[in-house]
Amino acid sequence: MTVQSAWFWAIGRIDLHSFAFVRAWEDPSLDKMIAAGAASLVVLGAIAVFAIITKLRKWRYLWQDWFTSVDHKKIGIMYVILSGIMLTRAVIEAVLMRMQQAVAVNQPGIVAPEHFGELFSTHGSIMIFFMAMPFLTGIINYVMPLQIVARDVAFPTLNSISLGLTVSGAVLLMISLVVGKFSTGGWSGYPPYTEMAFNSGVGPDYWIWAVTLSSIGSTMTGLNFAVTIYKSRAPGMHLFRMPLFCWTALCTSILMIFAMPPLTVATLMLALDRYLDFHLFTTDLGGNMMNYANLFWLFGHPEVYILILPAFGVYSEVISTFSAKRLYAYRTLVYATMVIAVLSFTVWLHHFFTMGQNANINGFFGIATMCVGIPTGVKVYDWILTMYRGRVRFTVPMLYAIAFLVTFVIGGMTGIILATPPLDYVVHNTLFLVAHFHNMLIPGLLYGMLAGYQFWFPKAFGFRLDETWGRISFACWVVGFYLAFMPLYVLGAMGMPRRMAGVFQGEYLPWLIIACIGAFILLAALGALFVQLVISIRRREKTRVPAGDPWDGRSLEWAISSPPPEYNFAVIPCVEDRDPFALRKEQGRAYQPPHAYEDIEMPKNSVLGPVLCIVGAAAGFALVWHIWWLAILSFLGILAAVIVSSFSRDTHRVIPASEVARTHEHWLRTVAEARAIPRELETRSANEGLAESAV
Amino acid sequence: MDDRAKYRRELRGYAIGFASALALTCAAFATVHFDLAPAGTTIGIVFALGLIQLNVHFRFFLHIDLKKSARDDLQLILFSTLITLLMVGGTLIILFNLYHRMM
Ligand code: HEM
Ligand SMILES: [Cu+2]
Repeated sequence: MTVQSAWFWAIGRIDLHSFAFVRAWEDPSLDKMIAAGAASLVVLGAIAVFAIITKLRKWRYLWQDWFTSVDHKKIGIMYVILSGIMLTRAVIEAVLMRMQQAVAVNQPGIVAPEHFGELFSTHGSIMIFFMAMPFLTGIINYVMPLQIVARDVAFPTLNSISLGLTVSGAVLLMISLVVGKFSTGGWSGYPPYTEMAFNSGVGPDYWIWAVTLSSIGSTMTGLNFAVTIYKSRAPGMHLFRMPLFCWTALCTSILMIFAMPPLTVATLMLALDRYLDFHLFTTDLGGNMMNYANLFWLFGHPEVYILILPAFGVYSEVISTFSAKRLYAYRTLVYATMVIAVLSFTVWLHHFFTMGQNANINGFFGIATMCVGIPTGVKVYDWILTMYRGRVRFTVPMLYAIAFLVTFVIGGMTGIILATPPLDYVVHNTLFLVAHFHNMLIPGLLYGMLAGYQFWFPKAFGFRLDETWGRISFACWVVGFYLAFMPLYVLGAMGMPRRMAGVFQGEYLPWLIIACIGAFILLAALGALFVQLVISIRRREKTRVPAGDPWDGRSLEWAISSPPPEYNFAVIPCVEDRDPFALRKEQGRAYQPPHAYEDIEMPKNSVLGPVLCIVGAAAGFALVWHIWWLAILSFLGILAAVIVSSFSRDTHRVIPASEVARTHEHWLRTVAEARAIPRELETRSANEGLAESAV
Repeated sequence: MDDRAKYRRELRGYAIGFASALALTCAAFATVHFDLAPAGTTIGIVFALGLIQLNVHFRFFLHIDLKKSARDDLQLILFSTLITLLMVGGTLIILFNLYHRMM
C-alpha cells in the first residue's frame, strides 16, 4: 500500500484544500474570506456552545432532560430551536445574495459565481428542509397532542429518532461550510448538472445525504402524527370536534407519508448514479433525466402544502381566539383542507411546463393548478368572516394573520399567472418565479410559524413574549418582505433570470437596490425576534401566566398549567364540544377538581434518537468523502443500535396518582389565587393566565 | 351474542374467504392453462379475477367492509389507491409523452 492509498483509505477525499481556511490562506480574496468567515463562525460557535455547556456543567442535564427525552413537548421545542439556528444562517445567506446582485451589475461583485451557486443552493435547501420542516414539525409536535388531549404521540421514541435524523442532516450542512463545498445545483438538484460527469466534487453528495436523512425523518414524522391523530384522541373528541390546527396537522402528515418517499427515492437514485455508475438520470446510455424532474416534483408540490397547511391551522386558531368567536364555517375549512391535500397530488407538472410535454398535458395541469385557488379562496373568506363582527384584538399573532391574508392573496394571484402555460413560458426561470414562491412561503409559512411561536410560547414556557419587540419584529418582516420581493416581480417581468451571480443590464439596478434594502430590513426583523426573546427571558417574572390561559383560549391546551406537566393532563377529560374550553368557561366549570386521580404511565427516555443522530451524520459524512470504513461502521452501528434497543422491555415508568394529585392541586390553588382579567389587560403584567370569562 | 356463536360466525367468514380465494386462483390458472380465450382477453380475465381476489382478501381476511368500525381503514386504503394511481399513472403519461415527442 502506498502512502497515498493509505491516506485515501483513512480519510477519503479530504485534503488540505478541502478546508475553507486553507483556501482563504492561499487566495485571500473577498470571496474566499467570506467563506472562511462563515466557516469560522461555525467552528467558533460550536466551540463556544461546548465551552458554555461544560462550564455550566449542563451536559448531564441536557442529555437526561432533553436529548434522550421522548416527551413530545421537549422534542417540539428542540425542533423549533434547530429551525431558528438554520433560519439565521439562511437569512444571512439571502442578504449576501441580495448584496451581490445589487453590486454585481457590470461588475464582479463580492462573491465568485461558484460561491453564489452554493449560496442559493444552501439557502433554498435550508429554508425548506431545515427551517420550514423543523419549525412546523416542532409546533405540531408541541401543540397537537395537547389539543387532542393525548399524553404523547403514538410512537415517542420514533419521534426522537426523526428529530435525530433531521439534526444529522442539518449538521452535514453546517460541516459543509468548513470542510469541502456545497452543491451548486439549487435546492432541486437537477441532473445531469448534479451528475458525476459535470460535478465530480463533494457538493452534490452533501446535498444528497443531508436531504435523504431529513426526508426519512419527515416520512416517519408523518406516520407518527397521523397515527397519533387517528388513535390517541380523548374520549368524545370526534374527528369533527378537533381544533382546525389538528386537521391541518393530519392532512400535512398524510401528505408527508405520500410525498416524502418520491424524494428519498430520487435522491437515492441520484446517489446510485454518482456512486455506482448507474445511468438512471444521465444524458446517455439510456438514462432519463426527466424522470428526476418528475420524481422531485411529485414530492415538491405536495411539499409546499406540507409547509402551508400547518400555518393555515395556526391562523385558524389565532383568528378565532383573538376575535373571541367560534371559527366560521368550520366544516368548510376542514373540507377545503382535504381538497387542497388531494389536489396537491394533481399539479406537479406545473414546475416543468417548459420541459417538452405537449400542450394538452400542460393545459390539464395548468387548469388543475388553478383549481387549488378555489378551496384556498374559500378559506380566506372563512377567516375574514370569523373576524366579522368579532371583537378583534390586534396582538402580535393576530397581526401576522392579517398580514398573511393580504399578502398571501397577492401571491396567489401571481400563482394563477404562472399556472397559465403560455405565460409561464415567458416568466419561468426568472425572478418573477422567485418573487412568487417567496410571496407564498413567507406569509404562508414563516408568518404562520412565527404567529404560532408567539401564540403558544406562554404555554410552553410559562411566560409571555415581549409585546413591543414582537411588534417591531412584525413590522420589519412585513415592510422588509414587500421591499425585498415586490421589485423581483418587476425584474422578472423585465426578464432577469433567477440564480444569476451578476448581470449586465443597468436598468435592473434601482430595483435590485430596493430589494437589497428590503433584505436588510428582513435581517433586522430576525434580529428583533432574538432581542424579543432575550428581553422576554429577562423580564419573565413580570409576564408569568401560571394559570395557563393567557389569551382566553378556546381549545383544551389552554385548560392546563403553563408550562404543562410531563403527562399533560392530570385526568383525561371527556370532550363535549368543538370549542370545549370556551364552553366550560361559559358554564363556569373550567377549573373543577377531578373526582379521582390515577397512576399515569409515561414512556421512558431513550438513547436511540441521539445515537442515530450521531451515527447518521457520521454515515453521511463518510459517504460524502468516500471514507468507506467509516461508512460501513456507521451502517453497522445503525443496525446494531436499532436491534439492541429492541431488546429493552423496560420502556415505561409510572407516575403515582399521589404525585399527580399533588401537582394538580397545587396548580388549582394557583388558579384560585390568580386574578381574572378582562381582555384589555391581556398584554399587561396583570395577566396571570386566568380569563374573566372563566369566573 | 355468546362466544360460541361469534366464533362460528367468524370461522364461517374465513371459510368462505378461503373457498373464494381458492376458486378465484384456480379460475385464473385454468383460463391460462386451457387456453379458454384469445391472449388479449385472457389477460383481461386474469386481471379482473385478480381485482376480485383483492377484494376477497380485504373483506374476509382483513375485515375491511362498509361497517362503521372499519370505515377508517377503508378510507385509508381507498385514499392510498387514489394517490398511487395519480402518481404512477401521471408519471407514465408524462414520460411516454416526452418519449414520443423526442422520437
Ligand atoms: C427571509 C427573507 C428571504 C430572503 C431575503 C430570500 C432571498 C432569496 C434569494 C435572493 C434567492 C435567490 C434568488 C435567485 O435565484 O436569484 C432565494 C432563493 C430561494 N429561497 Fe429565499 N429568501 C428568503 C426567505 C425564504 C424562505 C422563508 C424560504 C422558504 C421557506 C425560501 C426559499 C427559497 C428557495 C427554495 C429558493 C430557491 C433556491 C434555488 O434557486 O434553488 N426563502 N431566496
Ligand atoms: Cu407546485
